[in-house]
Amino acid sequence: MTSEIILQAIVTGLMMGLIYALIAAGLSLIFGLMDIVNFAHGEHLMLSMFSSFWLWSLFGIDPIFSIPITILLMAICGILTHYFLIRYILKAKMLIQICATFGLSIFIRSIAQLLWTPDFRNVENPLLEGRLEIGSVFIGQPQLIASLVCLVAFIALYLFVTKTETGLALQATAQDRHAAEILGIPSNKMFAIGWAIGLGCVGIAGGMMANYFFIFTDVGINFALFAFVAVALGGFGSIIGCLYAGIIIGLVESLGGLLIDPSFKLLYVFAIYLLVVIYKPQGLFGRY
Amino acid sequence: MNDKLLTAQAEPLWNTDKKIISLIAGIVLLLFALPHLGLNSFYLHLMIMIFMHAVMAQSWNVIAGFSGQISLGHGAFFGIGAYATSFFYVQYGISPWISIFFGIIFSGIAAVLIGIPMLRLSGHYFAIATLLIGISFQVVFQRWDLVGAASGLWVPMTSGDSWLALQFHTSKMPYYYVFLVFFLITFYLVWILSRSKLGFRLRAVRDDPQAALSLCINVSNYKIIAYVISAMIMAPMGSLFAQYILIIDPDRVFNIEISIIVLLITVLGGIGNVWGPLLGAAILIPISEYSRIYLGGTGGAVDLILYGLILMLICVFRPDGLISFVPKNILERKKQR
Repeated sequence: MTSEIILQAIVTGLMMGLIYALIAAGLSLIFGLMDIVNFAHGEHLMLSMFSSFWLWSLFGIDPIFSIPITILLMAICGILTHYFLIRYILKAKMLIQICATFGLSIFIRSIAQLLWTPDFRNVENPLLEGRLEIGSVFIGQPQLIASLVCLVAFIALYLFVTKTETGLALQATAQDRHAAEILGIPSNKMFAIGWAIGLGCVGIAGGMMANYFFIFTDVGINFALFAFVAVALGGFGSIIGCLYAGIIIGLVESLGGLLIDPSFKLLYVFAIYLLVVIYKPQGLFGRY
Repeated sequence: MNDKLLTAQAEPLWNTDKKIISLIAGIVLLLFALPHLGLNSFYLHLMIMIFMHAVMAQSWNVIAGFSGQISLGHGAFFGIGAYATSFFYVQYGISPWISIFFGIIFSGIAAVLIGIPMLRLSGHYFAIATLLIGISFQVVFQRWDLVGAASGLWVPMTSGDSWLALQFHTSKMPYYYVFLVFFLITFYLVWILSRSKLGFRLRAVRDDPQAALSLCINVSNYKIIAYVISAMIMAPMGSLFAQYILIIDPDRVFNIEISIIVLLITVLGGIGNVWGPLLGAAILIPISEYSRIYLGGTGGAVDLILYGLILMLICVFRPDGLISFVPKNILERKKQR
C-alpha cells in the first residue's frame, strides 16, 4: 500500500465526487423548492445517458457536442414530469408523493428496458479518450473533463440560484410558496423552472458520463442512491452542501474500496449516511 | 349528543354486523373448499400468490399505514425469513416448521436493531435509509459464503411429499392450505391490532406525533413496535416462499421488486385499511401473472410498466386506494345507531 495508490484513489474519488455533487444538486434543488424527493432521479440520469448515446449512434454526434441537446431534452423532460405528474401531487400526503415518484421511476426504467433491452452499451471512439500521467497518478481524460464540466456547471448553478432574479424567485418560492405568490411570483412556473434546471443538471452529468461509462437501463440506481445520500448529507435543500457531500461520498467510496474491501463500497457510503442523519439530522448544511 | 356520550363505551371486538360476520364466514369456507372445485394448478398458484402478497402488503401496511413510516426496504425481512428456513434445513436438517419461528425471531431482532437508530428519523430520511438498508442486505448476502453467497441455497428435495419438510411435489394443494392458514391468521391478528389500543396509538403517532407525545404516547417506542410487528409478519412469507420454490438466492429474495410490490399493492388497495392489502393483491396479482403470460417472455418488463403506471394513476386520482370506493359504514362495521 504505497502513497501513490492512495493518491490515485483520492484523485479518482474527487473526480467521481464532483459528478455525484452535480446529480445531487439537481435533486436538492427540486426538494428545496417543493418538498418532493424525486425518486426517479436515477432514471432521469439513465435517460440523459441514453439520449447522449442515441445522438451518437444515430446521428454521429460526439457526446461532448451533444451536451446542449441533452440538457434541452432533459429540461423538457423535467417540465413534462412536472406538468403530467408532480402538479397533481403537490398537496398530497408525503407518502403519496413518495409513491408517485417511485412509480415514475419503475415506469421509466421498465419502458426503457422494453424499448432498448437491458444490454450494456458504450460510445465507441469518443473524442475524449486516453489518460494523462501526472507524476505517478493516472487520470482518465474523459473522467477529468467530465468532473471539470460538472464543477463548472455546479458553480454556474450556484451563481444562478443566488445571484439572478429568477434564482432569487426560486429561493423565495422554496421558502414560502404563498408569500412568494402574493409578491407576484407564480409558483407553478417556478416549479416548472426548478424541474427543468434540476433535470438539466442531470443532463450534463449523464451526457459527460456517456463518454466513458457503460450505458444500460439500471445504470441510474447506484447514482441515485448516492445522490440521495449526498442530499441528506449536505442537508435537504442546500445546494452548496451537495458539493461537499458529493466529494465526501466520492472519497469514501474510493478510499473505502481501496483500504477495506471493494465489494462493500455501497455499504461504506450507507454507513456515512446513517451516521450523519442520526447524529445531525439536518445534514451538514441543512436549513431544517 | 348527550345520549351518545352517556352510552359510549369501549367497543367490544365482536360488536359487528351479523350479515358481515356470516359473509366473512362464507368466504372463508369457500376459500377452504376452493381447491376441491376443480381448479387447475395455475389457478392454485394464482391464489397462493394472492395470499402471499396480501400478507406481505399487510406487513407493509402495519408500518406505513398504521404508524406512517414509509419503509422502502421491506424485502429485507422477506429475505431473512427465506434464508432462515432454507439455511437451517440445509445445514442442520431442522424442519421448516420450527425454523419459520427462527425467521420470525431473527427478523424481529433485525427490526429492533434497525429500528432503534432509524426510527428517530422521519419522513424522507427514513424512507431513504430503509431503501439503503434493503440494498445493503442484498449486498451482504451476495457475499456471505456461509449462506451460499451469490449462488444462494438449494433446498434438498425430499423423495415424496412431506409435511415435516414442508415440501410437496405432486400437487400445489397442501401449499394452498398452508398459505391460506397463514393468510387468515395474519389478517385476523392485524384486524384485532387495528381495533386495539395499540392500533389507535399507532394511528395517533401517524396523524399527529406531537399531539400523541402530549398524551404520553412514546412516539419512537410505538414506531419501533410497529416496525417489529411488521417485520415479523413479513418473515414467514419469505420462509413459505422459499419452501414453495425450493431455491433461493440473494437476487430473488432480497430483490428491491419485493419492496416495490408490497408498497404498490397497499397503495392500490388502500393504505391504512386492514382490507386494502387484500383488495390490492386480489387485483394486482392476476394482472401481473396474466401480463407475464401474454405479454412477457421477450425480456420486456411489461408487468413493471403496468406497476409504475398504476402506482402513478392511483397517487394522482385515488390517493386513498380502491377501497375508498366501498362505503365507509360497511368497512368500519360499527352498529349504526
